[in-house]
Amino acid sequence: MQDVGVRYGAVPALAAISLIALASEVLVLVGPNGSGKSSLVRSVAGIQRHDGQVGFADPQGPRPRSSVRIGYVPQDIGSRTALTVTETVLLGRIGQLGLRVSDADLDAVKAVLASLDVLHLAARHLGELSGGQRQLVFLAQALAAEPDVLLLDEPTSALDVRHQLEVLEIVRSITAERGLATVVVLHDLNAAARFADRIAVLDGGRLYGTGAPAATLTAAMLGDVFGIEAHVAVHGDGRPSVTPLRAIRGRTAA
Amino acid sequence: MVGLVVTALSFVVDVATGPAMLPLRSVALSVVGLSGDATVDAIVWAIRLPVALMALAVGAALGLSGALMQTILNNPLASSYTLGISAGAGFGAALVIVAGPPLWLTEGQAIPLAAMAFAGVACAIVHLVGRLRGATPEMLVLAGIALLFLFQALLSLLQFLASQEALQQIVFWLFGSLQKATWTKISVVGAVVAGCTPFLVRDLWRLTALKLGDERARGLGVEVGGLRLRALVLISVLTGAAVAFVGTIGFIGLVAPHIARILLGEDQRIFLPGAALAGALLLSMASVASKTIIPGTLFPIGIVTALVGVPFFVWLVLGNRRAYW
Repeated sequence: MQDVGVRYGAVPALAAISLIALASEVLVLVGPNGSGKSSLVRSVAGIQRHDGQVGFADPQGPRPRSSVRIGYVPQDIGSRTALTVTETVLLGRIGQLGLRVSDADLDAVKAVLASLDVLHLAARHLGELSGGQRQLVFLAQALAAEPDVLLLDEPTSALDVRHQLEVLEIVRSITAERGLATVVVLHDLNAAARFADRIAVLDGGRLYGTGAPAATLTAAMLGDVFGIEAHVAVHGDGRPSVTPLRAIRGRTAA
Repeated sequence: MVGLVVTALSFVVDVATGPAMLPLRSVALSVVGLSGDATVDAIVWAIRLPVALMALAVGAALGLSGALMQTILNNPLASSYTLGISAGAGFGAALVIVAGPPLWLTEGQAIPLAAMAFAGVACAIVHLVGRLRGATPEMLVLAGIALLFLFQALLSLLQFLASQEALQQIVFWLFGSLQKATWTKISVVGAVVAGCTPFLVRDLWRLTALKLGDERARGLGVEVGGLRLRALVLISVLTGAAVAFVGTIGFIGLVAPHIARILLGEDQRIFLPGAALAGALLLSMASVASKTIIPGTLFPIGIVTALVGVPFFVWLVLGNRRAYW
């Protein structure tokens, strides 16, 4: 994407962000509340009016947006519905569904539910599920689309720590297996450190920096962007972990 | 399937009952053309069959429009009646009754046309609110409720200004009645319901996606604004056609979708036909009740729908306490 900017009325949410997400790579967006992470993801998903350009390309050259399948999972704000899990995941394949659902579509739904270990929920109503189960179902919906680009906005916010690890593992392995370009918004910096191939840090609608986890998640960045004093340790595998110590006085949260 | 059988049964009972207290055998013979009694034939073919069929057609139109309304606004309280579309149609009809029809139309033609036109106006206003930047389904619901009060106020004004005779006519029209059903009117309502079907079939999965909320539907590639507009056009046509010939009948459009949702879920491929069928059944049962509560007396159908439907609805809701909303 090049020079992507978003405004809500007169308020700029994003200013001229230029960023590339590569195939087979998990790019994690981090930043404080209101830093523009969701606006950026929505711009790529094609549901946010924006300035600048969002482009897609493969080794043969640029691809038109219409030829790129995007799986987008927004932040979960709940939705009141009597749809079942199967119906919800089927919607991921909305472009090819007819009045009668084909066996191939149903099989694809079952396969993706099984891969996320939630096949037993297939006949349940969405309204009966826990927040974590819902997030897995919407991840399944995005994967059922067999996407080229996977956009996940805080996919683990309602999950316990074990399910967080599981979901992020699945996202990373599917990204590698299928050659997806995956962009994930995460609040949990340690999860970002563990699972990102690359991290992009947003601050006040601008790109603060991008790079490998150890290069971006530094004590200096955490002070500048998040307004916290933190201890950052880099482990044997080259990945950092962050221990927040205290908020820096004089900084106001965004 | 069970719904179809029950609705067919209700239709048969509807044809078999009436103030004329005809024996069941002569009604049955007349229906198959073997009665030989001109009076019986006249009652069955000019009154009972049209009324019974009109109940099915209008009930289906109201059930379908209510279901669409609840889907596109993602709100269980939405229906043509609660969001001012029916009130708009009622105002249109009352306007013709008070001011008289235009010269080139009879009152019988002008009232339905005005009712349909004002149902369209009400839907257009809801649509225009939806086009405002940042409009949410909640804003559309509020716009609908505001319209309800606006048209009710205008209607009260018309009633205040109307002559005694016109006032009586307005009040009777607002009660809702199937008794003026004719084969032509049934054909119009039936054609409208049938005509809307192909347009709905195209959008069934997109409407289902809308049940996950606007953001998720957009994420799935649904052009939400265009979908709402198409649905609103169908709602105005369905409501206009239903209300135009039988007056404002509440409750069906609100409750039929809930019955379909509880029994069938919200996959719109089965939910929408289910709501149409539930609407047809409810109005058919109400038609039977309107003739049998006090034998020999016809109650206005608009009064009876709620009396029949509420107990049935309460039983369903209490039996299925799943959190859908």
